[in-house]
Amino acid sequence: MKIRIKFSKTGNLKYIGHLDIMRCFQKVMRRAEVDIAYSAGFSPHQVMSFASPLGLGVTSEGEYVDIEVQSSQSSETMLERINAVMVEGLQALSWVKLPDRAGTAMSVLAAADYRVAFDQPVPEAVRKQFEEFLSLDTLVVTKKTKKGEREVDIPPLIYQADLQEQTLFLQLCAGSAENLKPEQVMNAFMDRYHMEPEQLRYHVHRLEMYADLAEDGQERRLIPLERMGEVIV
Amino acid sequence: MTKLALNEEILLKIEKPARYIGGEYNSIKKVRENVDVRIAMCFPDVYEIGMSHLGMQILYDMFNKRDDIWCERVFSPWMDLHEIMKKEQIPLFALESQDPVKDFDFLGITIQYEMCYTNILQILDLAQIPMLAADRTDEDPIVMGGGPCVYNPEPLADFFDLFYIGEGEVNNLELVDLYQECKKAGLGRREFLKKAAGLPGIYVPSLYEVTYHEDQTIASFTPVCKEAPATVVKAVVEDMTEPEYLKKPVVPFIKVTQDRAVLEVMRGCIRGCRFCQAGMVYRPRRERDAKELLQIAEEILKNTGHEEISLSSLSSSDYSGLGELVNGLIETCSEHHVNLSLPSLRIDSFSLDIMSKVQDIKKSSLTFAPEAGTQRMRNLINKGLTEEDILEGARKAFLGGWTKVKLYFMLGLPTETKEDMEGIAELANKIAAEYFDAIPKPERKGTVSITSSTSFFIPKPFTPLQWAPMCEVQDYIDKAQTVKHAMKDQLNHKRLSYQWHSPEASILEGVFARGDRRLCKAILKAYESGCLYDSWTEQFDFDKWMQVLSDCGLDYHFYTTRERSLDEIFPWDFIDAGVSKKFLIREWKRAMAEEVTPNCAMKCAGCSADRFSREACHHENQN
Repeated sequence: MKIRIKFSKTGNLKYIGHLDIMRCFQKVMRRAEVDIAYSAGFSPHQVMSFASPLGLGVTSEGEYVDIEVQSSQSSETMLERINAVMVEGLQALSWVKLPDRAGTAMSVLAAADYRVAFDQPVPEAVRKQFEEFLSLDTLVVTKKTKKGEREVDIPPLIYQADLQEQTLFLQLCAGSAENLKPEQVMNAFMDRYHMEPEQLRYHVHRLEMYADLAEDGQERRLIPLERMGEVIV
Repeated sequence: MTKLALNEEILLKIEKPARYIGGEYNSIKKVRENVDVRIAMCFPDVYEIGMSHLGMQILYDMFNKRDDIWCERVFSPWMDLHEIMKKEQIPLFALESQDPVKDFDFLGITIQYEMCYTNILQILDLAQIPMLAADRTDEDPIVMGGGPCVYNPEPLADFFDLFYIGEGEVNNLELVDLYQECKKAGLGRREFLKKAAGLPGIYVPSLYEVTYHEDQTIASFTPVCKEAPATVVKAVVEDMTEPEYLKKPVVPFIKVTQDRAVLEVMRGCIRGCRFCQAGMVYRPRRERDAKELLQIAEEILKNTGHEEISLSSLSSSDYSGLGELVNGLIETCSEHHVNLSLPSLRIDSFSLDIMSKVQDIKKSSLTFAPEAGTQRMRNLINKGLTEEDILEGARKAFLGGWTKVKLYFMLGLPTETKEDMEGIAELANKIAAEYFDAIPKPERKGTVSITSSTSFFIPKPFTPLQWAPMCEVQDYIDKAQTVKHAMKDQLNHKRLSYQWHSPEASILEGVFARGDRRLCKAILKAYESGCLYDSWTEQFDFDKWMQVLSDCGLDYHFYTTRERSLDEIFPWDFIDAGVSKKFLIREWKRAMAEEVTPNCAMKCAGCSADRFSREACHHENQN
């Protein structure tokens, strides 16, 4: 049975990196005695995969991990069980059963929502610059990857952007094919207008992650990853 | 959410911020106002090393079971944070509350190896606590030390208010009780320390005076007040079923060095290897009940979610309930998908059988610790392991499918000859030959590999070899070269590899191990001139240390290469560590005569540690 868990990562847990969060979840599964499936082989490991790693310093209320279990109680009971043995700063928010043929969160991920919270209200001049920045049709930046560097055109990957007095909402393309991070948007912006990091300090919070249900050629049809499954009653 | 002592800018700049934020599963939060005594428990090395230590977790659990005590953890900030804390004057804090350590009642430091001594000063310095005990006031925490190095605490005498000698479960709570009484009665730290000196196992260095002969050896070591006993007897848990077993260890977020649940199966060792300090000072052997351990294992796994469990003892093969315990654990582990790791087992049919059940033979290697290359030398160190044992064990292992063997040896043992050094290579060669003999050519998969490692022998207090002289750096290098060349001369040299440690750190460890109070000023000066994390090869600066020692007017040869006479008063002689000096002298003489002493299960050697045992510590081994 495939299960998708949505969880939040807040507070001091923003200093715990992705690999350690993975290890932490494996231990939570054991402590909660979740009937999780194990891979075959001499050193079997839990069948578990995360939608998308969260960078150090970033918080979230929309993280996802998929697991495979042999059995499950109701979603409510399972949430209680795992939250009872969770650490402060991590909280499971939903537990849904996926259709057997569903792809992993990682493979279906198409977009993510972020809130960029600035330390100070954004000055009017910067606001103007940002509007201009968002109206660009093309802005090619160099992105460092594991294999080296590659060029990315940013504007097509920004699906939505809304700048308020002290926060910026961003909906960005996400997933294994293309993935844009809020930090990359902010860096591109500050580079373009020659700003130093001290001039615009911010904190990133991920709000939600989506899959795209649109067929080829259709317009994007995003749904939150948790809506691909059903609550177990 | 606990407000952190370090701000976001710092935390995102330094390596592994998780080291400094606390909040791990099973870590203990209490309300400041509701506790009476606050203890900062420190392991003076980086988080990943400190969190791998069982003893600290045992005491953390014990203290926190008391409602009126809040015990928190402290580790050494790594170099990156060290610089920042120094520069910005951020006081060292404890992980749970993130409060400054200087506001605590106690700072307890576990001292596990000599090379952490400058790290102890870093802790005091960053905590903004005066480094010298004599400079502290009633506003400062009581700084206490424990762990194996306090079997010779003298090189640290100036920095600690008191040392706790022996096993922590015995008197630590009484010590806190006494502190509370003194606080209520309005007594200051000097009065408290005097009273504390009367508790078993407690040593208050400021209450003793040392005089020296002209040759710098000790002339007298005497208490200066009636409260301080002339001999400090180590504290021992007489009945291992008594202390409540640690069942909820703290689970780190980041991967630590020993990232697993640990089952302590027994304390003490029956073997009597003459170089081994742990084998002597943790006597007598005391076992835990196998059935109880199996239950505890289930509970720990459930409470932590660890994916691996391991046994802890000095020599698990000597544990009388090993068969029952391991078979039970194999069952528990396969049920919960947990790995079982089995360290320090003697290689025989029984252990090979259980290892083949729990390890991937293709990947794992077998470890032997012959410690010396010839039978003569193995007899001298009382390592009751013969060449036949080793070759037979290796043969069985090869037949069982293993192809990788690791061998551990020591160089620089007393009376060592070229033959002993070359014996290391010859033994490695014989093991390789055993493989080719045991496994016919068509059945060989891959190839056999024998890795030998040598470390340099360092004489430790309370061992029969505490009278042995060490060598010069160049001698050590020559010895390692001799082994290296001998390896090349072997028939199977292509299957042999050889590694050795650089000798410089061993020299300094040797200085501290048998050092006296006069070293305090050198350790302080070394820290002030930038020595820190000396146990980390890339940080260790031998030349600087040599400079500091000579600046302080100390000749390190006094501590290392000097011959010691049997009637010399050693700096640690005021401690009763269980084994009597008579026994140690007897064993030293037998060592020089290359005579083997039977282990405790075979015959009581009369070490006098049986005073501390409620059951006979030398009962016949059932295994």
